[in-house]
Amino acid sequence: MTDDRMLRSRRNALKCMAYGGAGTLFVLAGGVFTPVDLAVAATTKSGSGGSGKPLFVQISDSHIGFNKDANPDVNGTLTQTIELVNAMPEQPALIIHTGDITHLSKPAEFDLAQQLLGRLRTSELHTVPGEHDTTDPTVTEYFSRFGRASNNKGYYSFDHGGVHFIALVNVLEFKPGGLGTLGPEQLAWVSADLKGRSSSTPLVVFAHMPLWTIYEPWGWGTGDAPQLMQQLQRFGSVTVLNGHIHQIVQKVEGHITFHTARATAYPQPRAGEGPGPGPLKVPADELPKMLGVTSVALEKHPRSLALTDRTLAA
Amino acid sequence: MKGHQIVWAVLAAALLFVLAPATAVRGGTAEEGRIEINDFAFAPKSLTIKAGSAVTWENKDDEPHTVVSDSGVFRSAAMDTGEKFTFKFDKPGTYHYACSIHPRMVGTIVVE
Repeated sequence: MTDDRMLRSRRNALKCMAYGGAGTLFVLAGGVFTPVDLAVAATTKSGSGGSGKPLFVQISDSHIGFNKDANPDVNGTLTQTIELVNAMPEQPALIIHTGDITHLSKPAEFDLAQQLLGRLRTSELHTVPGEHDTTDPTVTEYFSRFGRASNNKGYYSFDHGGVHFIALVNVLEFKPGGLGTLGPEQLAWVSADLKGRSSSTPLVVFAHMPLWTIYEPWGWGTGDAPQLMQQLQRFGSVTVLNGHIHQIVQKVEGHITFHTARATAYPQPRAGEGPGPGPLKVPADELPKMLGVTSVALEKHPRSLALTDRTLAA
Repeated sequence: MKGHQIVWAVLAAALLFVLAPATAVRGGTAEEGRIEINDFAFAPKSLTIKAGSAVTWENKDDEPHTVVSDSGVFRSAAMDTGEKFTFKFDKPGTYHYACSIHPRMVGTIVVE
């Protein structure tokens, strides 16, 4: 049994390398479709992603309130994103927004964002806050609107279609000079939440900032994420979804697939290019190719998830 | 005190008055502090001021930033491009702070 697991891990690692290549190819092609299979899907013969009914769609980094050159119309691009999702032939069961809903945590920004997101045909919306959503001194604007699911803690879990979803917050306990933080209380909660759960349950874990270190000088990571990963390791299919960096970066490690989504607002530079992770100005006709959503479908055989990235460029 | 001594004393005092702030600025001390936020950094990163002085941060980036004291003494809202935040420091001490949106951005205010 152990040998079989190890063999699968080896195969997965090789598969990961193959898909890494495909992912790069897609970026070059303008990113119309990026099939990414989960680690467990390495045993699939076809390896075709996105064929099933979308379980959910991930929207991220809408930054309502942003009005600089990189995108003077973030309301328009969020609206286009919503239209893209609404036009999907089969509607996803739920929507996940991985934070930075607003740019400056202002009440009017939250109100407008809620109004726009209310136009989604799929009404079940699950959110986590980004650091842009929690800058008001009392951090009440986000929680007064989206705090009910987590009893104002920011983290919570739920089940849908046999998949266990865990929403985490890594932007509240910021450490000066450091990365995002989950904190001991939240990690203990995850441990209790996973206790007694079958390792064959597919997990989707989502938070705003990447749950692995992509680029430390820009704070693109979560300092205590390794403690979280230890708890996720025994599960056969784990999908970790984040936003924050406004571009797709992916990695597969064992049975854990890490994936960051594009923003709906504006792109950011690649790690280390330029002075910092600010808005990246691109020619107007390039912008729609750099904004988009991630659609996630449940594959029945084997039981795993398939991710598909779509841009606003038709 | 003779006449010319008084003149010298006044001149010396005037000279001190003129030179003292200049020397202080060179050493990083100021009566009123100004810190610019440029390219994801606080400039100057460390500032020394006298107790009772106010410090004003101004964001010159296209990205919003905050100024949040490690010990919770002061906290700005998100400053968009061109926005400012001022805090008056009454108590001497060393105040470390960071941007809560970009925690890698750190700075220090020393109040004498």
